[in-house]
Amino acid sequence: MSGASSWSFREDDAKRIQVILSGFLGESNARTALIVDRTGQMVTTVGQAPAFDPTAFASLTAADFSANDQLARMLGESEFGALFHQGERESMYLADIARRVILVVLFDNRTTLGLVKLRVKTAVVQLTQVFTEMFSRDGTSAPGVESEFLGEAEDEIDKLFGA
Amino acid sequence: MSMINYASREINCKLVYYGPGLGGKTTNLEHVYNKVAPAARGKMISLATETERTLFFDFLPVDLGTIRGFKVKFHLYTVPGQVYYNASRKLILKGVDGVVFVADSQIERMDANLEAMQNLYENMIQHGYDLAKIPFAIQYNKRDLPNAAPIAELQAALNPGWPVTDPMKQRPLPDPQHDSEFLISQEDGQWIERAPYFEAVALTGDGVFDTLKGISKNVVKTLG
Repeated sequence: MSGASSWSFREDDAKRIQVILSGFLGESNARTALIVDRTGQMVTTVGQAPAFDPTAFASLTAADFSANDQLARMLGESEFGALFHQGERESMYLADIARRVILVVLFDNRTTLGLVKLRVKTAVVQLTQVFTEMFSRDGTSAPGVESEFLGEAEDEIDKLFGA
Repeated sequence: MSMINYASREINCKLVYYGPGLGGKTTNLEHVYNKVAPAARGKMISLATETERTLFFDFLPVDLGTIRGFKVKFHLYTVPGQVYYNASRKLILKGVDGVVFVADSQIERMDANLEAMQNLYENMIQHGYDLAKIPFAIQYNKRDLPNAAPIAELQAALNPGWPVTDPMKQRPLPDPQHDSEFLISQEDGQWIERAPYFEAVALTGDGVFDTLKGISKNVVKTLG
């Protein structure tokens, strides 16, 4: 109802993405792959479990990507399809998927940026297909929450934020 | 509606605190961070300047617990209030599920409030969102200050309401927060709906949780 952010992510979606990203991690020797929604929500994580707070990481990733998107427009580009942040030991590579989510690859010096970039191309194509299908079916088949959900959620809100 | 992740059984709702600079948006989040059960909150992130002015946003995740098999989380964001940070302000609204406008009650800040409200409407439209259709609340902050404008004046300026076109909604709706006031009422023959409002002193925490409770209940209603 509020606009573009409305979509659902199902278990079979998670499985398809898991297969794509596991294959990519094996080929590229990268450590972890994460999918982050452009609104700042973590969708899924594959590979080595990250040591950081994933919720905070997702919000910062989305902000980072959005800010760079605007910078691209100022330069007359429609977008920067990918970003790379280099650290001494740990680096990250970010790629746009279907303009709605971001693929984040975390890697260290067991691999190279060149190899990650080479292998990520196939993963991006496959993920774009999966997410495009996911977004196009949305709104029609999402099961929604149970009818008792609302009352219980309100009780929890009263409990947590003070009745 | 927010993203429902059936794979991880999570529902995340994005709440954005909007308003003029130095109005108390960050203070709202800080109070929530300090007072909510520590197990229910995540790390608070502030992207601020050296002088503690919000540069990009503040972020605080709050975990409501598991409801009917779903982990429900509220992601609280503030935007930078200063006029020249509009580009980053607009980015934060992406995917918003509920908006709290934190107004500065001081008479001297009326123009800044109006400008920020206008800016909110414009940025929402540019994202294709309609403030009249998503959960929206106004918090009149700094009620303790001697130069605070009367509520009626603030309401007239910042919360004049919008016409109710749906005939099903054209009936009086009492305001649960304020006796003998209405969120939907008929004025000069026209049905008008106003955003719920809350009075607050964010520095002491007065009204902070009332506001959060009000907006989050309205947001979960949109999930059903």
